[in-house]
Amino acid sequence: MKVTMRVNGAEKSGDVEPRVLLVDFLRVNLALTGTHVGCDTTSCGACTVLLDGEPVKSCTQLAVQVDGYDITTVEGLIQGGALSPVQVGFHEEHGLQCGFCTPGMMLVGTALLANNPDPTDEQIRWAISGNICRCTGYMNIVKAIKHAAQLQQATGKAGSHAAAVPAGGGE
Amino acid sequence: MSSTMHMHGGIGESIKRKEDGRFLRGKGNYVDDFVLPGMLHMSILRSPHAHARIKSIDTSAAGAKPGVIAVVTGELMAQHKLAWMPTLSGDTQAVLATDKVRFQGQEVAAVIAETKVQAEDARDAIVVDYDVLPAVISPDGAKAAGAPLIRDEKEGQKDNHIYHWESGDKAKTQAAFAKAAKVVRLHTFYPRCHPAPLETCGCIADVNPATGKATIYMTSQAPHAIRTVFALVTGLPEQNIRIISPDIGGGFGNKVPVYPGYVVATAASLLIGRPVKWIEDRNENLISTGFARDFHMTGDLALDEKGKMTALRVHLDSDNGAFFSDAQPTKFKAGLFHIVTGSYDIPTAHVTADGYYTNKAPGGVAYRCSFRVTEASYLIERLVTNAAIELGLDQAEFRMNNFIQPEQFPYTSATGWVYDSGDYPKAMNVALEKLGYDELRKDVEARRKKGEVTGIGIASFTEVVGAGHGAEFDILGLRMFDSAELRVHPTGKAMLRMGVKSQGQGHETTFAQIVAEELGIPASDVAVEEGDTDTAPYGLGTYASRSTPVAGAATAMVSRKLREKARKLAAHLLEAAEEDLEWERGKFFVKGSPDRFKTIQDIAFAAYTNLPEGMEAGLEGVHYYDPPNMTYPFGTYAVVVDIDKGTGQVKVKRMVAVDDCGVRINPMIVEGQIHGGLTEGYGIAFMELITFDSEGNCIGSNFMDYLLPTAWETPKFEMGETTTPSPHHPLGAKGVGESATVGSPAAYVNAVIDALSPYGITNIDMPVTSDKVWAALRSKGVTE
Repeated sequence: MKVTMRVNGAEKSGDVEPRVLLVDFLRVNLALTGTHVGCDTTSCGACTVLLDGEPVKSCTQLAVQVDGYDITTVEGLIQGGALSPVQVGFHEEHGLQCGFCTPGMMLVGTALLANNPDPTDEQIRWAISGNICRCTGYMNIVKAIKHAAQLQQATGKAGSHAAAVPAGGGE
Repeated sequence: MSSTMHMHGGIGESIKRKEDGRFLRGKGNYVDDFVLPGMLHMSILRSPHAHARIKSIDTSAAGAKPGVIAVVTGELMAQHKLAWMPTLSGDTQAVLATDKVRFQGQEVAAVIAETKVQAEDARDAIVVDYDVLPAVISPDGAKAAGAPLIRDEKEGQKDNHIYHWESGDKAKTQAAFAKAAKVVRLHTFYPRCHPAPLETCGCIADVNPATGKATIYMTSQAPHAIRTVFALVTGLPEQNIRIISPDIGGGFGNKVPVYPGYVVATAASLLIGRPVKWIEDRNENLISTGFARDFHMTGDLALDEKGKMTALRVHLDSDNGAFFSDAQPTKFKAGLFHIVTGSYDIPTAHVTADGYYTNKAPGGVAYRCSFRVTEASYLIERLVTNAAIELGLDQAEFRMNNFIQPEQFPYTSATGWVYDSGDYPKAMNVALEKLGYDELRKDVEARRKKGEVTGIGIASFTEVVGAGHGAEFDILGLRMFDSAELRVHPTGKAMLRMGVKSQGQGHETTFAQIVAEELGIPASDVAVEEGDTDTAPYGLGTYASRSTPVAGAATAMVSRKLREKARKLAAHLLEAAEEDLEWERGKFFVKGSPDRFKTIQDIAFAAYTNLPEGMEAGLEGVHYYDPPNMTYPFGTYAVVVDIDKGTGQVKVKRMVAVDDCGVRINPMIVEGQIHGGLTEGYGIAFMELITFDSEGNCIGSNFMDYLLPTAWETPKFEMGETTTPSPHHPLGAKGVGESATVGSPAAYVNAVIDALSPYGITNIDMPVTSDKVWAALRSKGVTE
């Protein structure tokens, strides 16, 4: 089946079997290997990409399902050669170790800040709770996203609405 | 890109990581990211049964499927004498089953095809006829009269017993127990769990038919040891084997062993003449690769009338699965479990261990742990808390009264370990102060009076890490040294290559900092390379918190070697006598004339351009470091929990972690390691479980059943530190990667048991789930 989507701002198309997963289309057909596979069951979030700005797990989306959509992968975070605020935050706050969960975490962080420019720790923890990290213990990932929020506010690139997040958590 | 790249990056500086750049851009190089020309894909057919005789395997339909190049069975492997392989513990393990399957998930056949989905489709078309046998799923089952014999193919194997192992002094311990005023017993099961790195295991085997060279890209924590094992298993000459461990997405011990998939992929590439990629899925990873723990432990602690510990007696039954393939030093059958006396001055101890075959996955690895030290630490710390509760003593004070004292170091333990250094009361005091322990205790008592269920748990662990020394510690006879090779280029930039292999620990930064400190070249100018056996010096790899204790020491030593050559070069350049020169980080200057100096960069250039008569060119060296002793990191962890009586839910309110890992090279990275370990410890204590039903079906075979902590459950950590340098390590460092996983499970569970102690509940085995807590409270008549 023919499929066409915008990936990181550029139109990409392919001819795929209906059963091909989005993550395999990205990794194999488009050679965008920054999107990882960790579990195959939508549990770990290593394969997270943004679908029209919303985080989705690309291991449980078929490539043909996203025909016509706008996809952002980790390779699309960089802006004009410069790291995005979220990427800078992860580096400055030691928000990554082995790097395997990092693309998914950064994309979730990016989507969160687009909706909520000044999230609390609890809101960040809730936002990233669909993504598993085995190395960092999450504390520095929370700090990294806060760091990014501050950078974004300082450069005036903030979004507008706060996300609905249950109170509590993370204790 | 970094705000800290201008920093020199010596020891003690929290410079940002040099390796981050590629990961932040999605440009890491994990095994599954590599595509080689002509590459084929392999999928493995696994046993659905825990124990069954194979009657027949029909591959005809599979072989006829589109894209299929080959279907490999145990019979084919046997023709090449590769149906079985040696394990790291002196046993044998089936590569592809020929006679029986012995655990659910065991490798039975493999398909090699043009694409991954073609290989999987054909795998599902293989027909295997099994004769199902009764399964053994525990040491008790293995011991039972009439238990099925799992290893019937092993000559002389009459039952399911693998080993008996002892440490300590039996007679002296018996005598001490005879005189004890009080004996406290704890029986506890440290259940099977799994390291579950986010990246699964896998490889690409590329045997070049023209040259015979086998290049194997592999998720390996120990590439050199794997190369040697491969040479021994396959008979290929070792110079024709190149193992490349690229970026690794977490290891935690799971990526130490040799798995059958690596062997089959290599054999297939050799036979077909094209590269073969094999990447596990998560289910395969959880059901077939190196698990952890599965120790059934009974500990008895003898005490005198003053509450002083006088003896420790421990027996454990180890559930090793279908093949004894634990990755650990040869002479220690139960790993380093005999560190079980922990932080306490216990005059005598006796430890016995028996290992058993069961119909479960093999490959007992240390999940973020130095060869079973986690089980030992858990047992003693749980036992000490139970003893304090039973004696009506405060758990902190009871520990203080029994600690090995600072002036007793170096301390020889009852089982023969020589602890290098420590100050246990100091770490405990820092933790208690951070926690506000005295006030908190009063608060707990007050809240209990109101009917609330709340408690404080403490664990004061001691680890033993950094293997070797090589005389005592080996992997298949290979002494556990490690290595560093340092090349300083003419422009003063350097390349450091090592025998260890980072899986996220930040080696590219930490080891560059050691060179920055010892040779004065800024960390940003030192490239660190690991994982390619054709270019890196031989080493035993990264596990058991050994990289900084061993390879970090090698890095310091090779830097010092080059500094000595640099002194000669500086003397030549400055026309001064060597003994008239003084070293200040990054330069030699003439004593009393600080403006007459040569920088390390000037000297490096001279090493290739302006040498004294008779001196060899270049500024390069290699050092193999065999440590004189292990290192003994320690610390105190303290946890506060609230328990909901209605639901049994445990809420961790606080977690204070005070670690002493000696000198910290990059404090930011050290803290990151501790955060990660405390989180994995939390998972083990409350969530992570690999268990089996009576037929040997694995429960916990995917991330919907094998529960890992997310950011939502994971506590926030309050960090503290003390610094007691290792006296024998050239930098005073001890290693830190595993302390938190070793020490924290007991702290979490001790908090739960402390909270439940008013109701007479003395133990709940991990994972401490809400239903277990709920049932324990109900069993004591507690309702909402």
